[in-house]
Amino acid sequence: MGATPLLEIEGLTKTYPGVVANEDVSLTIQPSEVHALLGENGAGKSTLVKIIYGLVRPDRGTMRLNGAPFAPASPSAARQSGIAMVFQHFSLFEALNVAENVSIGMETPPPTRELAHRIREVSETYGLPLDPHRLVGDLSAGERQRVEIIRCLLQNPRLLIMDEPTSVLTPQEVEILFSTLRQLSADGTAILYISHKLEEIRTLCDEATILRRGRVVANCNPREQTAREMAELMVGSALQSPGRSNVTPGAPLLELKGLSAKSSSPFGSELKSVSLEARRGEVLGIGGVAGNGQDELLAVLSGEQRVEPDAIQFGGAPIGHLGPNARRNLGVLAAPEERLGHAAAPEMSLTENAMLTGSVRMGLSKSGFLNWGQARAFAEDVIQAFDVRTPGAGNAARSLSGGNLQKFVIGREIKQSPQVLVVNQPTWGVDASAAAAIRQALLDLAEGGAAVIVISQDLDELLEISDRFAALNEGRLSAFRETSELTMDTIGLMMGGAHDMEVAHT
Amino acid sequence: MMRLERRPEPSKAWTAATPILAVLATMIAGGIMFAALGKDPFAAIKLIFWDPLFNEQFAAFSRPQLLIKAGPLILIAIGLSLGFRAGIWNIGAEGQYIMGAICGAAVALAVYPLEAWWIFPAMVLAGAFGGFLWAMIPGILKTRFNTNEILVSLLLVYVAENILASAALGFLRNPEGAGFPGSRNLSAYPAASNPEIVAGTGMHWGVVAAFIAVIFAYILLNRHIMGFNIRLAGQAPRAARFAGVSPNRLILFCLGVSGALAGMAGLFEVAGPAGQISIDFNVGYGFTAIIVAFLGRLHPVGILLAGLLMALTYIGGELSQFMLGIPSAAIQAFQGMLLFFLLAADVLTNFRVRFGRVEVA
Repeated sequence: MGATPLLEIEGLTKTYPGVVANEDVSLTIQPSEVHALLGENGAGKSTLVKIIYGLVRPDRGTMRLNGAPFAPASPSAARQSGIAMVFQHFSLFEALNVAENVSIGMETPPPTRELAHRIREVSETYGLPLDPHRLVGDLSAGERQRVEIIRCLLQNPRLLIMDEPTSVLTPQEVEILFSTLRQLSADGTAILYISHKLEEIRTLCDEATILRRGRVVANCNPREQTAREMAELMVGSALQSPGRSNVTPGAPLLELKGLSAKSSSPFGSELKSVSLEARRGEVLGIGGVAGNGQDELLAVLSGEQRVEPDAIQFGGAPIGHLGPNARRNLGVLAAPEERLGHAAAPEMSLTENAMLTGSVRMGLSKSGFLNWGQARAFAEDVIQAFDVRTPGAGNAARSLSGGNLQKFVIGREIKQSPQVLVVNQPTWGVDASAAAAIRQALLDLAEGGAAVIVISQDLDELLEISDRFAALNEGRLSAFRETSELTMDTIGLMMGGAHDMEVAHT
Repeated sequence: MMRLERRPEPSKAWTAATPILAVLATMIAGGIMFAALGKDPFAAIKLIFWDPLFNEQFAAFSRPQLLIKAGPLILIAIGLSLGFRAGIWNIGAEGQYIMGAICGAAVALAVYPLEAWWIFPAMVLAGAFGGFLWAMIPGILKTRFNTNEILVSLLLVYVAENILASAALGFLRNPEGAGFPGSRNLSAYPAASNPEIVAGTGMHWGVVAAFIAVIFAYILLNRHIMGFNIRLAGQAPRAARFAGVSPNRLILFCLGVSGALAGMAGLFEVAGPAGQISIDFNVGYGFTAIIVAFLGRLHPVGILLAGLLMALTYIGGELSQFMLGIPSAAIQAFQGMLLFFLLAADVLTNFRVRFGRVEVA
């Protein structure tokens, strides 16, 4: 490639008080190239990307775009130079529809009708189905990401930056996204792709830059490296895979029998005749495309949404009518997907957030009066046991990074020694070593005799830790299969509405 | 260029400092307004903030007024603050205050002229019950039909005002009043009166109730699961449901408590300082208490101080009208400024002001 590189970065350094976020970082992106940026949380990926996108000014170093000096003063300057970015955390207004959200991000939005037309056009060209008139509040995470991508594509970018784009997608959605990205790259757009998922990077990317503690530790062609080699470059040491001794599952602990429930959201998925049986000592994996009833299933299992008493049985006793605290009392615990605002209250301290689910089971309250000393001790216990990085239990939940808060939220439930634990997306947006720690903790919990139900859109995760696997599709749960017998093909069938086909096969 | 940057944690120092800053800013802006009206700003500010308490000539009269005016404001604001913290907006405390006064007074007028120890306690209970029932109307409509409690509670104020007029003119009118509107004078009926407990202080049972409410609210919010649930529901409604909080129960609790406290405040007023049910018995405490609740940043101790401060501006405002001829509208604008500056200064608690170029960490 003798042509001028699209983007050249030379010796970028950015320090924050007490932290060197980037030190002497250099990298080069060619036109049409799909370039991976790898590193653990806190390795400096975000800072680097924010510099490129004009959100942060570097202390030292230069950037050149198409050979010309490039120092964007603001994101809008970066956008005008042809750089677009899809953030990991979506910046969308739930109360507005898709077209309105897209128009807010534009410098000069066209009339809504025309915009809606263009959204449809782009979404069809790139195979990202999206209705411009739907409310964002009713969209699944995967669909929200499409809104962000289309918002970027409408600007015809020369460089598209994607931060952890597949963490909310399923194989089918990932495939769609990848063919979109390949199509873009074939059209001449370069892509800077940030991810922890090494297999994906190996299939998609042409080049990879690996960051560790703010420095570039390696440049490589991901197709010539194994995922393990890249992971070890990222972490800087040998990686431990979660492991467990084989446990024979015990008696059934939690049973769902033909449970049906309406969704609380008008566009959510209704649960239709869901049956499952979770036994002591096993991990059940539930996969499925985002928005197919995962949130509803968690709400029904946690007790946020009540159902017929007999629809859910715990140790043979009906518990469908019980609320969250009555279930906690029995030992049925849950950790929802959305960390901020659902699993934890953002403005409250970790101590208060420990009280949030721990008050019943940890005896943090006595006839309604709260024991803050004990709550603090419980929070500190969780922080220590799960290596949550925070100055202390008095800090607000929102001041923690996503991965650290996730460790806290999962740890808070595990530390209450549940009989049954239901988790939704336990490692969403969490870096590799923290994700491994969370998975190990879930496995240890099962080994200790609890039944663990993991709802996730990360199939690798489910294949790694679950004993039996089923998929949610339009509110229906497929039959469970032994994970060891599964192939990617059968999983795809289970997720893609294979119920009718199964009938046809047998 | 000046920008705001969100703090990772709300600043403790600014939480304490913003009310003081707001009072100072109000003094400055209010002073400019008084100057524009052709009055001496320093004299006006001194009349509002200083003279009611320390001027030898006025203090004897106005010092007791401080507690008389602050008592109902604090009592009502404490109730409202619980709901406000949970995101439940009872704007109709004025109506609950009126209904409490009518129900409480009705008990006394029904047994008149009986003298018995239980009459006053029964009136307090009836007053609380009247306010409670009036607040249950928006509560039940909200939990059953998802109506907006802001509108329903506010509109019920005007219904209550008409019931008050009809009571003063009709079913509670003094039969020995020569046809004049208004009930019998309760302060002249010993078993039903709410007198000054310590002469010259303005302290009556309503003030005592307000102080007790402050203590209870403090314990509730900081030590009790109900208060924790209230705060949780206000900050993160989904997390509250996950924690097992029933939204409907919380709505009824918050509206019920705020209604009962407003009703009690009405009763203490009608049996004490006001003395009787009259057409214009209510003077807007229920609305001013909303300001007091926010001025006190929905914190019980803050509300105690805010109630006293608000009462001071009322008394000082009257004094300055009387002494300097400042129009009452200007005094209301002055009180409005106080709330305005407080809310504006609030930004500093959650955000940091940065000068210079744009940069996001």
